[in-house]
Amino acid sequence: MRIQMRIRRFNPEADSKPWWGEYWVDVEESDRVLDALHQVKWYQDGTLTLRRSCAHGICGSDAMVINGRNALACKVLMQDVGDVCQVEPLRSMPLIKDLVVDMEPFFAKYRAVLPYLINDDLPAEGERYQSQEDRARYDDTTKCILCAACTTSCPSFWANEDYIGPAAIVQAHRFIFDNRDAAADLRLRVLNDVDGVWRCRTVFNCVQACPREIDVTRAIGEVKLALMNGLED
Amino acid sequence: MIHTHRFETVVVGAGGAGLMAALYASQGSETAVLTKLYPTRSHTGTAQGGIGAALGNLEEDRAEWHTFDTIKGSDYLADQDAVDLMCQEAVEVIYELEHMGLPFDRTPEGKIAQRPFGGHTSNFGEKPVRRACHAADRTGHMILQTLYQQCIARNVRFFDEFHVLDLLLSADGQATGVVAYEIDSGDLHVFHGKALIFATGGFGRMWEITSNAHSLTGDGPAIALHKGIPLEDMEFFQFHPTGIYKMGILITEGVRGEGGILRNRDGERFMERYAPNLKDLASRDVVSRAIYLEVRDNKGIDGARYVHLDATHLGRQVVETKLADSAEFCKTYLGIDPAVEPMPVQPTAHYAMGGIPTNVDGEVQINAQGDVMPGFYAAGEVACVSVHGANRLGTNSLVDLVVFGKRAGKAAAAYCQQNDWVELPAETWEPTQAMLQNMMGSDGQHNVADLRTEMQALMMDKVGVFRTEEGIQSALNRVRELQESAQDITVMDKGKRFNTDVLEAIELQNLLDLAEVTAASALARTESRGAHSREDHKARDDENWLTHTYASKVDGKVSLDYAPVNITIHHPEERTY
Repeated sequence: MRIQMRIRRFNPEADSKPWWGEYWVDVEESDRVLDALHQVKWYQDGTLTLRRSCAHGICGSDAMVINGRNALACKVLMQDVGDVCQVEPLRSMPLIKDLVVDMEPFFAKYRAVLPYLINDDLPAEGERYQSQEDRARYDDTTKCILCAACTTSCPSFWANEDYIGPAAIVQAHRFIFDNRDAAADLRLRVLNDVDGVWRCRTVFNCVQACPREIDVTRAIGEVKLALMNGLED
Repeated sequence: MIHTHRFETVVVGAGGAGLMAALYASQGSETAVLTKLYPTRSHTGTAQGGIGAALGNLEEDRAEWHTFDTIKGSDYLADQDAVDLMCQEAVEVIYELEHMGLPFDRTPEGKIAQRPFGGHTSNFGEKPVRRACHAADRTGHMILQTLYQQCIARNVRFFDEFHVLDLLLSADGQATGVVAYEIDSGDLHVFHGKALIFATGGFGRMWEITSNAHSLTGDGPAIALHKGIPLEDMEFFQFHPTGIYKMGILITEGVRGEGGILRNRDGERFMERYAPNLKDLASRDVVSRAIYLEVRDNKGIDGARYVHLDATHLGRQVVETKLADSAEFCKTYLGIDPAVEPMPVQPTAHYAMGGIPTNVDGEVQINAQGDVMPGFYAAGEVACVSVHGANRLGTNSLVDLVVFGKRAGKAAAAYCQQNDWVELPAETWEPTQAMLQNMMGSDGQHNVADLRTEMQALMMDKVGVFRTEEGIQSALNRVRELQESAQDITVMDKGKRFNTDVLEAIELQNLLDLAEVTAASALARTESRGAHSREDHKARDDENWLTHTYASKVDGKVSLDYAPVNITIHHPEERTY
């Protein structure tokens, strides 16, 4: 089938502001939006620039706005985009070129929540034990691939780019609710900041945007409850 | 603009091996990690089913059984001392990953959970054993995340989106640095190092149907080859039996580990005929060949080139919790719910057993005699230790990453403490800049995507699961023509910033150079062993071919040399499953 691609273009070396590029591609219904973008890049305009790697929704490189919604280009099929497929870079991120945005501010917020297990109390030999129930407590938030689809879909983030954002909260949740970790209070202190978890207005855009189907708003809610009531043992 | 940096250890690649190496190198040397992606985008993250180690959490298991299975799986081409060391050290390193916070699934009593995997057995082949430690079916994702988290905790210095284009050797042949292209700015950076560790991963994009990421273009081994370093055992490339039909996306072997069954168009469990004992859990090369033979015998589903992987009898609970990612791939890309319908699968190019030759400390060997290049290390899929020989067992890639990444990182740190800086050569960035300018200015006849597509189809057809002299020779001839065409291409993007157009052209040249040595190595090996299956030489020939291939480029021609396999524990036997 023949589909029109409308792609938001910007070349920092030539353009003063972004513009819409229009291209026609022949694709199969089962092709991904990423395949259509590759068709444009490989056979029509080699200057089209995007990030991608694994092409099956695991590496998190190709988050972008597709027909108005945040998604991974490798996880949206052409049969689901209608007659015109409109593709833009993630919102509220510094634009570098075409569909490529500067990810550094996003990763800085990730690093701010101390995203690593803190616990020096190790068993003399073998593994630490953890019950299946305790392991299940934080399973959902271990799925995060740091693609930034959630954070850049959030109206609170659009309004205030200092908001730490859902992705960083998801990463914090993964450790706060892991009973092997001993530094929940440090992370909760970061999230209790004026630009922390309270900026969330439960709009649920993040849940819709997450390509890993993480229940992001629920995770944020659990962090809020932990701040109000303390962590249950 | 040219920038220069000095770090005692420079790690290239930020997947499992690179990050593990960086964690250890940074404990004894000032360390930088360069990656052409962001670390969390690395392909380690797509590994699904598990990481093998004889913890014995659910039943008796021993490292020496893991060693035996790995050696047998390798079709006796692995170096046995290296395999034994890996399987022994695997146990400790799994505990280390758990201590770092890796969220393994748990047994009812709270230990690390383990499941069966292809080719892993108890008591030297007696029956399948639960050895694969897993975190749902996103074990690789968890390993990558955990190692990156630890690097952040320890303030390891990262240079994200820096694409390494050249290796700098001193006048007397020591590795002294790399030249990297900063993708965002288009600037060149010279990294002067005492120790260099290549951990750039594989090159599955050489084939049409592959589980590998677009970025797996073999940059590390291609650069090494250009600098006169041989590549070992390049004829052995693993085709994983269960890639999604036409797309190649991996469906984990964990599906069969949990009890999934391969069926042909008649609904027959055909693996019973090929591997009466282990059936669907036979080694990957065996299962991939069986699928090809079923398809050739018109037993593919509806006569097409695929079979069914049936998990419908496992129940929704198992499919949605233990095999969640595979189930989701099927729903997203095929609209199939594997709890209800079987999955259409075909073999998919998956893993390079060959690569840059190293010893067990990751030191790069520069010839078949095993002489090493001081200060140069390689680890992970890019390296050939060799622990996988002619066919890798499932889960052992992750074992390899962490065990040998750690060993290379430790060895690099020790090297830095014991050695002084070696001067960079007179020319550093200049040849790279000239190459880039040449490519950017090119207005040639050929389109990069066309050449890549042709190479991929050619390698799939002629240097894939089954091979013949005639087929390999014709592929080799055509690859050489494609190499010439790849010097006469058009790069449309002439800009400096984020020029992925020029990088794709360089990646294609790297793949073609590796395709040439792959085909040349395969042509010379007149036997069938592991993943190298010659229809004109169907038997394994231990008398003549119990050897590792070392392929180098000398004066523009491929030159082959051979080294004996290190056989210290298990004498080669007939391999049946």
